[in-house]
Amino acid sequence: MTATTQSKPSQEEHPITRYVRKDRIPHIYCPACGIGIVLTAFATALDNLKFDIDKLTVVSGIGCTGRASGYFEADGFHTTHGRPIPFATGVKVANPELKPVVISGDGDLFAIGGNHFIHAARRNVDMLVLCINNFMYGMTGGQQGPTTPTGAITSTTRFGNIENPFNLVSLAASAGAVYVARWTVLHARRLAKSIEKALQKDGFTFIEAVSPCPTLYDRHNRFGSGLDVLKLYKEISVIRNFSDPMKAEIDYSTRIVCGEFVDEEKPEFTQRLAEQSARLQKR
Amino acid sequence: MASKAVLTGEMFTQGDIAAAEGAIAAGCRFFAGYPITPATEIAERMASRLPRIGGKYIQMEDEIASCTAVVGASYTGLKSMTATSGPGVSLMNETIGLAAMTEAPMVLVNVMRGGPSTGQPTEASQGDIMQAKWGSHGDYEIIALCPSSVQEMFDFTIQCFNLAETYRTPVFLLADEIVGHMYERLIIPPEDEITIVNRKKPTVPKEEYLPFKADGDLVPPMAVFGEGYHFYATGLTHDERGYPVMTPEAQLELIPRLCDKIRKNADKITQAATFETEDAEVLLLAYGGEARSAMRAVKDARAEGLKVGLFRPITIWPFPSDQLKKAAANAQQVLVAELNYGQLVYEVERHIRGEIPVHLIPRPCGVPHTPNELLKEIKRRTQ
Amino acid sequence: MARMEIRLGGLGGQGIVKSGVILGEAASIYGGKEAVSTQSYGPESRGSACKSEIVISDSPIDYPLVLAPDILVALSTEAFVKYSPDLKEGGIAIIDSDLVKAGEIKQKVRLFRIPAATTAREVMKNALVTNVIMLGAFTAISQVVSPEAMRKAIAKAFPRFVELNRRAFDEGIRLGQEALKQEKR
Repeated sequence: MTATTQSKPSQEEHPITRYVRKDRIPHIYCPACGIGIVLTAFATALDNLKFDIDKLTVVSGIGCTGRASGYFEADGFHTTHGRPIPFATGVKVANPELKPVVISGDGDLFAIGGNHFIHAARRNVDMLVLCINNFMYGMTGGQQGPTTPTGAITSTTRFGNIENPFNLVSLAASAGAVYVARWTVLHARRLAKSIEKALQKDGFTFIEAVSPCPTLYDRHNRFGSGLDVLKLYKEISVIRNFSDPMKAEIDYSTRIVCGEFVDEEKPEFTQRLAEQSARLQKR
Repeated sequence: MASKAVLTGEMFTQGDIAAAEGAIAAGCRFFAGYPITPATEIAERMASRLPRIGGKYIQMEDEIASCTAVVGASYTGLKSMTATSGPGVSLMNETIGLAAMTEAPMVLVNVMRGGPSTGQPTEASQGDIMQAKWGSHGDYEIIALCPSSVQEMFDFTIQCFNLAETYRTPVFLLADEIVGHMYERLIIPPEDEITIVNRKKPTVPKEEYLPFKADGDLVPPMAVFGEGYHFYATGLTHDERGYPVMTPEAQLELIPRLCDKIRKNADKITQAATFETEDAEVLLLAYGGEARSAMRAVKDARAEGLKVGLFRPITIWPFPSDQLKKAAANAQQVLVAELNYGQLVYEVERHIRGEIPVHLIPRPCGVPHTPNELLKEIKRRTQ
Repeated sequence: MARMEIRLGGLGGQGIVKSGVILGEAASIYGGKEAVSTQSYGPESRGSACKSEIVISDSPIDYPLVLAPDILVALSTEAFVKYSPDLKEGGIAIIDSDLVKAGEIKQKVRLFRIPAATTAREVMKNALVTNVIMLGAFTAISQVVSPEAMRKAIAKAFPRFVELNRRAFDEGIRLGQEALKQEKR
């Protein structure tokens, strides 16, 4: 051993930093944004599992969360708006040994990319879709989106949103996801555990991470600072594991039902494809 | 016993089938698509052939998803393709831009049908010539090859893959319903006689790999997802590391390279076929299915003693400018016959630069000109 | 052989498109000639007007479509009415005597009536081979492609029903030869 390795580093490196592209820090996120918590939870899950990073492909779409794929020291791709899931499908089908993880926002995955989401879930293509839901489009300045609650104020619903939002948990469950969970960013450790579980499943898995957007959503809707929103999560969130996903309420004025809702086994798409192909090649 | 990938031999088959076989012969092992007339036969053929040779076929929920899955598969190391018609290309254009920006080698077959909109699904057209070049936003170059026969549907699909792999770019096989649906003899050569080009792989240690650092030919070597390179690509303007950079300098560095890797190699990419052009006073220009009418018209004109020649661009993009100028050296006019209301004629005018008149013979309907219609037009213009 | 243009017309489901491919394959792969086969495509699969065209030549074929057919094979009255006016002067029309009510034709053509549908039903006990019987009659009358080349192409087209279709084709040849004899009388 050399003298250098014997001496203790003055500043110990955090275990998850090896998953991060250090030359991309500082990141783009606002103070008190929840995205960083979710990305930390993801890196923690990778570390806990000692996940083979060579087998990981992080894919994201457009938006604040869409930048996520660029922060991980892994293969990554930043697609056009709404398309991370079909890109991830291409990756998975081309090389079933890889695990695509889609990290993207509610607008990207459920408005412009909504069709891709339900079809990938229906096919049961192995991937984890980690959706950071902050109830509107952040990067473009806080416009109404597919998860914006009715009545909410956004830059395009100045007089209150007159549309009905998607409930992502019930949507994912109905579309056929084999694992569905919801956590707020306050549940950072449970979220990480949930990610660990989803990463080990073989099939289309979905985790919704409810996050503050203090800059563009919470401020306009009088929920206060980022810290205030975390306090609100503490107050109103309840954990109801394996309760009916159709009743997984999400409402800042009443309650946010968190937990795991679906955990089942179904034949995975690329496995079926490989089996069929193997049969045909033997003929 | 596993099926053979290359079906060496003779068959009487459709252009669409020939394109699928050409893709397989070129090494294509991933196809994502969505049914659309008149290109569906390509998807059907790939769906039945690929699983038997260890390839992957997936039908996606739309053309956007199909094209995006192809980019994903390309980044994962498989030669990948999709096939569609104009309405599908309209949807794919978003991802064609992404593929151009992230330099994903891929092949798109567009079996052109009548447009705009749903148009004439079962009839031929050459209405997507400009769409192929300018379909996605921003500055980028594209390569597009235009087949005139079933054999060329096969041969050119292989060339499309080779070009896509050489230049790391999306490449179009720009076919039309005539060549897509017609049956003709197809000769598939022995596998070892087919020229195959594969993308350049990185030669540097993994930790030194810069995914968008180009070599002297302006093309960066391409790593594959899953091999441990841990590289990142984005549709945003990026530096050599692939990281987003929002400065004018970054855009000035990237965009000219993306365009120039094709523009500066145009002499290696462009192709054209000529017939009786040496002494031609009238140069008839046609491509794809329409070129077969034009060929007949030129023969008939020659039989009547008219000095007419045929110029058939094979690469529509980049346009074979030098070849056209050479073929038009003795011509007093160029007649452009196309199965649309005037598209490639603008490109022809751009290259002829007003030196001789360029006249359009448009045909915005589903069937090509008859040879006689073209002959009449030649006579009208020469008398 | 100079350029020969053939048009097959009938209704969707009668095997018109398939017949065009068989004929093209027989001519090009088994007959050593050049051939192009094209089809009319519509949204309908069954029961509506359907057309298939074949151009056969000794030299490479440029224009792939039929301009004025040398030979028309019609399996429906509608196809006959629509396409017979395009027939070349001195051309050949081969029609199914039961399915087609042939009206007047202005130009001078050789008209052959073949009871293909009836023969398929009553002799072959299978209405589906009507088109193959017509292909047999066509082969005998037109002499464009050899019966051997046609037999090979038909066997390849119907790998599960080789024997049935071989018999249907031979029956068609016989009907075609008979029609030729009658013409000479």
